[in-house]
Amino acid sequence: MEVGISVNGTDYRSDVEPRTLLVHFLRDQLGLTGTHVGCDTGYCGACTVIVDGRAVKSCTMFAVQADGRSVRTVEGVANGDELHPVQEGFWERHGLQCGFCTPGMIMSSVALLEHNDNPTESEIRHGIEGNLCRCTGYHNIVRSVRYASAKLRGEKPEGASGEVAP
Amino acid sequence: MSTISAMGGIVRRKEDPSLIQGKGIYVDDVKRRGELVAVFVRSPFAAATISGIDASAALELDGVHAVYTADDVRHLGPNPAQVAVGTLRPLLADGSVHHVGEAVAMVIADNRYIAQDAADLVFVDYEPKDAVVDLKEAFADTVQVHEGASNTLLTWHGNAWWEGVIELPDPSPGIQAAKERDDTVVVGLEMVNQRLIPTAIEPRAVLAEWNSGYGSVELWTSSQIPQAVAGAIGVAFGIPFNKVRVVAPEVGGGFGVKLNVYPDELLCCFASKDLGRPVRWTETRREAGFSSTQGRGWIGTATITGTRDGKILGYELDAICDMGAYTQNFTVAIPLLGLFVAPGQYDIPTSYALHCVVTNTPTTDAYRGAGRPEAAYYLERIIDAYAREIGMDPADVRKVNYWKPDQFPVTTEIGLTMDSGDYEKNLDALLDRVGYEDLKAKRDAARAEGRLLGIGLSTYVEVCGFGPSALAGLGFSWAGYGLPTAFNGSGVVRVQPDGTCTVTIGTAPSGQGHETTWAQIVSEGLGIPMENIEVRHGDSVDSPTGVGTFGSRSIAVDGTATFEATKRVKEKAATIAGHLLEAAPEDIHFADGGAHVAGSPDRSVTWAQIAESAYQPHTLPEGVEGGLESSVVFSPPNATWPFGSHMALVEVDPETGDVDLLEYWATDDCGNVINPMIVDGQLHGGIAQGIAQALFEEAIYDDVGNLLTASMLDYPLPAAESLPMFSLDRTVTPTDVNPLGVKGIGEAGTIGSAQTIVNAVVDAVSHLGVKHIDMPLRPKRVWQAIEDARN
Ligand code: FES
Ligand code: FES
Repeated sequence: MEVGISVNGTDYRSDVEPRTLLVHFLRDQLGLTGTHVGCDTGYCGACTVIVDGRAVKSCTMFAVQADGRSVRTVEGVANGDELHPVQEGFWERHGLQCGFCTPGMIMSSVALLEHNDNPTESEIRHGIEGNLCRCTGYHNIVRSVRYASAKLRGEKPEGASGEVAP
Repeated sequence: MSTISAMGGIVRRKEDPSLIQGKGIYVDDVKRRGELVAVFVRSPFAAATISGIDASAALELDGVHAVYTADDVRHLGPNPAQVAVGTLRPLLADGSVHHVGEAVAMVIADNRYIAQDAADLVFVDYEPKDAVVDLKEAFADTVQVHEGASNTLLTWHGNAWWEGVIELPDPSPGIQAAKERDDTVVVGLEMVNQRLIPTAIEPRAVLAEWNSGYGSVELWTSSQIPQAVAGAIGVAFGIPFNKVRVVAPEVGGGFGVKLNVYPDELLCCFASKDLGRPVRWTETRREAGFSSTQGRGWIGTATITGTRDGKILGYELDAICDMGAYTQNFTVAIPLLGLFVAPGQYDIPTSYALHCVVTNTPTTDAYRGAGRPEAAYYLERIIDAYAREIGMDPADVRKVNYWKPDQFPVTTEIGLTMDSGDYEKNLDALLDRVGYEDLKAKRDAARAEGRLLGIGLSTYVEVCGFGPSALAGLGFSWAGYGLPTAFNGSGVVRVQPDGTCTVTIGTAPSGQGHETTWAQIVSEGLGIPMENIEVRHGDSVDSPTGVGTFGSRSIAVDGTATFEATKRVKEKAATIAGHLLEAAPEDIHFADGGAHVAGSPDRSVTWAQIAESAYQPHTLPEGVEGGLESSVVFSPPNATWPFGSHMALVEVDPETGDVDLLEYWATDDCGNVINPMIVDGQLHGGIAQGIAQALFEEAIYDDVGNLLTASMLDYPLPAAESLPMFSLDRTVTPTDVNPLGVKGIGEAGTIGSAQTIVNAVVDAVSHLGVKHIDMPLRPKRVWQAIEDARN
C-alpha cells in the first residue's frame, strides 16, 4: 500500500506491506534508527515518537495508520546543531547511561513539556511512566526533565553542570 | 573551551551527544547489503524427546533460504564457552529439549516477517516427559533433567575443582559447640531469593558476515565480552583468531545477560558461511525470557549462633541454587562468587554448602551483582533477625562483628585477601547523615498511632575488579574453557601525528561511561584536552587482550592498564620535548595541551609538535624510536573489596499490605572516584534493581516449566513512579591493589539494596509477630503475613 507520511518535516511517499509497523518503517525504510525497539508488548516506550503532537509507541501502530500524519522522531527534535532543551537536560544531568531508552524517553519528555511546561516531580514521574529505563533508576531522568522545564520557561536551571545532588 | 579534566571531577559524558540525538549505533542499526534474517523455532515443552522435524512447508514459502536443525550443526560441537560441568548444551536441540524456549531449528529468510511465518510452518514431533521446576524436588532427584545424571552438578564447600587450589577449613565443629552452649541463641530462617529476568532494554542482537574470500568472519553482537565471543568462534569453526572480528558497538544495557557466548551468535556465523550472505537475528522481548540467561533463584537456610550481647559465633548458609537446564559461561561459578563474600565484612566463623542444581528452566548465570546480592541477602536478613531476637540495635550488632581497620589486609576463611576497609566509619557516616536516633523516634511515634513505619539497614562487602589471571584455575577465566584469554585488562594510548590521542581499551561497556572516565585518566596524565581524546572499546581486533565489562572490573583493571600506558607515553614525550626545548626530560612538565620547561613557562611545545617529531624519527634524539604509543596488559595482584551501608524508610498499609518506600539513603565506598557523577548514576540503577527485586520482580514458572512472565506486561519492571529520589554519599578507602586506588561500583547498589527493603518491611510489621516475608513483597504477601501473625 502507498502511504504519505511527514517525518521530521519531510514528506515521504512509500510502498509498505499493510502489516509493517510504524517503527519498522522508520528504522528499515527511512533509516531513522534513533527510534528503538525494546519489547513486543507496547510496554517499554523505547519506540516512542510524536504523532500529530501526541507521544505514541510506534511499535503499536502500523505505518498505514500514520498515512497523512506528521511524525516527529528523536532525529528531528534538535534545531540543526542546537540541542533541544530536553536533550541538553539529559546531557547536563546524566539522564542516560546505555542510551537505549533515551530517544523514547526524550520524545515522551518533549511531549510532556509541550503540554505542561512546569511539571512537579510527581507529574514528571507520571509523564514518563510508559517509558522504562533499566540503567538510571530515573533519579537523573527526573532531574533532566526539570532542567529542561526551567530552560523552556526561560529560567536558569539550578545547580552546576553534571551536578548530581538533587 | 578546552577542558583538561582532573580525575575526581564531574565531567559531562563524551558519549552523550550521539546518544541523545539518536545517532548512537547499536547492533540492530547496522545494515549489510544482502542481509538475511534468522528466526528460531523454540520448544513449547520443558522436557520432551524430538522424534522428527518437518520443515518442508516452511521451505516452500517464498523468501525462505534455509531451515537448519541439529543435524546441520552437530559438527560444530557444543558451545565452547561453557563450564564443562553437567550436560553440555548443543547449539540446536539434539534429540530432546530441556526447557521451554530451547531453540530447535533456525529459519533464514529475506525479512523478519517471512522468517516468522516460516517458523510457524516448521512441524516438530515432541514426546513430552516429566519436567522438574521446584528446587527442592530437583535436589531430591525425583525427576532427572538429564537422563541418568544427578540434578546436583556440584556443591560449593569443598569439591575437587576448588579444593586443589585453596584448602577449605571446616569450621562447623566450632559452630556446633557454640550451639550447644546455654548462653547462646540460634536463629535460623529459610528464605527464597527469587529468579529474575535481567531485561536490558535493548534485546540481544547479532549480525554475522562470513567472507569466504578472506576466510574471515565479522560478527556484530550486543555483548559485554566481544573478545570471548571471538575466541569461541575461532574454536568452534577452527579458524585462526586473527580472522575473527567481533564488534560490540553501543550496547543497550548488559547487567550480566550479555556476559555469555550464546548459541545464536555461533549459529548466525554458521548460516552466513553456509549461505554466503550476512545473517541477522534480533531477540524479541518474549524470547529474551526464554533464551537469554536469568539470575538468582536460590532457596536456602541461614542460621546464626551468637551470644546475647551480639557476638556472632557461627554463620551457616545452606542453599540450593538454580542453574536452569544447562550451564553456560559462569553458571556454576555464580554461587562460588557468593561464597567469596558469604561472611560479609564480619570476622565470623562460617560454614556453607551451596548446591548447584539443574531444573527444566532456562539457564541462569551472572546477573547484576552475580552471587553477591544473594549472599548479602541471606547474611544481612539473618543478622537482622538475630538482632531482633537478642533485642539489640541492628547497627550495633554489625559493629560488634566487623573486621577492624587495623586488621587489614584480612585473609578470609576461604583464603582470599581483602584489601582495605573501614566499615564502622562508613556505617557511622550513614547513621549520622540520616539522623538515626531521630528516625527511630519518628518510627516509634508513628507506630504508637497505629501506622506501620519500618527502618531497614544493610551493610555489605563485595569482591570485584576481576581479576588476577591466576584465578584462571578457578574457572574465573576463559582460559579454563580453552579460549585464548585469561582475565586481565589492556590499554593502548597512542598520540596521533596531529597531537590528538586515541585510547583503546579491553572493555565493552554497556552504559558505564567508559569513554568519559578513561578520557579523564588520560587527560589528567598527559594534559591533553578531553575533546582531543577518543576512547575506543568493544572491538576484538582493536583490543585483543581485554575480556570485557562485567563484575565491576573495568576501571580497576583496564583503567589501570590505561593509566600505566599513559605514564609510559608521558615519559617518552618528555624525552622528545626535552630534546626539542633543549632541557632535561626531568624538567619537562605537561599542562594546557603541551609540555613546558619547569621554571620557564614560555619555553614550551604543543602535543602536535611533540607528535610531529615522534613520527619523523630523524628529528628524534639518538636511540629514541619513532612513534608515540604504549600498550599495557595489566593483571592485578588481587581483586578489590568495595563496601557500603544502605538504609530505607518504608510505610506498610495495614489494610492492603502495600509498601510505600519513603526514603532511601546509601553511603558507599568504592575507593577513589574518577567521575562522581557516573559513580552516583551507577548506584541509582543498581539500587533500583534491588528495590524491584524486593518489591515486585519475579520470573514465575508453572509446574510444567512454562514461563508465565515472559512479557513486560507480566514481568513488572521499576517505572519512574515506583521509585523515590535516592540520597547518596560516600566514604573513600582506597585500595592498594592498583595505582588508581579504585575498587569498582557497577553492582554495589544492587548488592546493598534488596535486603535493606525487606529488613525495613519486616521492621514495620515485626511487632505484630512477623519474622520474615519472602521476596517479592507484593501487597498480598505482606497482607497475608500480617494476617497470619495476628491469628
Ligand atoms: S518497543 Fe514499543 S513499547 Fe517497547
Ligand atoms: S539508559 Fe539504559 S535503559 Fe535507560
